[in-house]
Amino acid sequence: MKAVSIPSGANLTSLYRELVGNYPKFFKMDTLSKLGFLLTEMLVGDEEGRFTPREDRAVLVFSRNGCLANDLNYAKSMEDFPSPALFVYTLPNIVAGEISIRNKYEGETSAYVLEKYDRPLIDAIVRQAFQDRITRDAIVAWIDCPSDSEWTAMAWIETK
Amino acid sequence: MTKVYCIGEGLVTPVGSTVKEVLSAAREGRSGRLFDKGGFSGTSFFETIAIEAARKAIQGIEITPRTGLVLSTTKGNVEHIGKADISLAASALNIADAIGITASPIVVSNACISGIAALLQGVRMIRSGEYDEVVVIGAEVHSDFIHSGFDCLKALSPEPCRPFDKDRQGLNLGEAAAAMVLSARKGQWEITDGVIRNDANHISGPSRTGEGCYKCLRYVMEGVNKEDIAFISVHGTATPYNDEMESIALYRAGLSDVPVNALKGIFGHTLGAAGILEAIVSMAAFDSGIVLPTKGFHEMGVTYPVNVSAHERPAKGKLFLKLLSGFGGVNGAMVFRKGGAL
Repeated sequence: MKAVSIPSGANLTSLYRELVGNYPKFFKMDTLSKLGFLLTEMLVGDEEGRFTPREDRAVLVFSRNGCLANDLNYAKSMEDFPSPALFVYTLPNIVAGEISIRNKYEGETSAYVLEKYDRPLIDAIVRQAFQDRITRDAIVAWIDCPSDSEWTAMAWIETK
Repeated sequence: MTKVYCIGEGLVTPVGSTVKEVLSAAREGRSGRLFDKGGFSGTSFFETIAIEAARKAIQGIEITPRTGLVLSTTKGNVEHIGKADISLAASALNIADAIGITASPIVVSNACISGIAALLQGVRMIRSGEYDEVVVIGAEVHSDFIHSGFDCLKALSPEPCRPFDKDRQGLNLGEAAAAMVLSARKGQWEITDGVIRNDANHISGPSRTGEGCYKCLRYVMEGVNKEDIAFISVHGTATPYNDEMESIALYRAGLSDVPVNALKGIFGHTLGAAGILEAIVSMAAFDSGIVLPTKGFHEMGVTYPVNVSAHERPAKGKLFLKLLSGFGGVNGAMVFRKGGAL
């Protein structure tokens, strides 16, 4: 099984330039979405037939803190002018949406919050997600991002 | 495959705290979106109503180590941001402790489809054979955080919302808690199918072709005879884009003539509670033989035909569908079939 990770505090802009470079929407994303986007690039960047719309791949993102880092950024903007650009990232599943848009994944996408990185529980939830009649595999990520400078970010592909 | 039933329900809403009260409000068009919190002195209103809804749902049901908990919410305790640990994980643990669940709780936070996503998670947990019962709770409370966000997106209606109406101006935010207990033990209602699909199009606007919603309908219709559908409880937020998108998806799925209703005119948009709340109210309406009216609707305001009505209608069929869509491009559909009696 292919698995990838991004070290805490890594320079995400450099990583983006190295891996992608031509997807300016990246710069609008919150840290959680940037991490999910880059992890997926690392996983499927060399996959054949990429960008062909597909319904058989799920995107399942797990964390403890959801989108807390961006929630704090948005709350700060409320003191002045609430920022719609920040507000749209105040949901833990937006990262899965960004991965779907980039890769044209039209299947199941979900965000789960667990009290800790509990691999047996994550594996069980992924197995349960394979009860979907069309899903064949899943991008699974644990991205815990309590602040914009520190995180745990790893992802892998699980096959039914 | 294991059949999964709803064997308990609980509601805490501004229009009533029993299924009967809430159904009466929905039939009579009495809306209520926000709680009177005057007498509340606890630390978390969100957890308090979630626990209360769960306690009602688990009445008479034994909690064991094989009882699971799935919590559906978008923002949980966000009203306390910066002042407390507002993580959804911490809330889920507090709620699990309060109702005696020892299994690790799972939070599903999938924007406005969280309710269907959480019920689907619960259904899958029962089917996996690893749980005997799963308590699925949806809860959301109002906060400046959520209000200011929808306000700055210009999604809020200045008047009571009007799903599918030509003069609709956006949504109203609401708050509520709703809980269901799922089990393989036979109950009155069976959840026969459920699905989540992504538009892969935009993070804060629905697909112009209703792509994900249509794919959800196509998926669940594999196991449903159209003639058996009593009604479809749509998302119907009353934003211009959502309602238009749903009309397109229903048309593409060949379901334009099936009765639909939207309940946001009664409860407002209760975000993480919406799917479970609206499903419970829909079950009760079906059991009373009716399709609930769509409060706020007067004149058709979507491009494709939708069989929506401001008036109560008789329900004819064996099941209903629940639809939701949300930010992140997510869409969900679920099939609730009346068991036993039919």
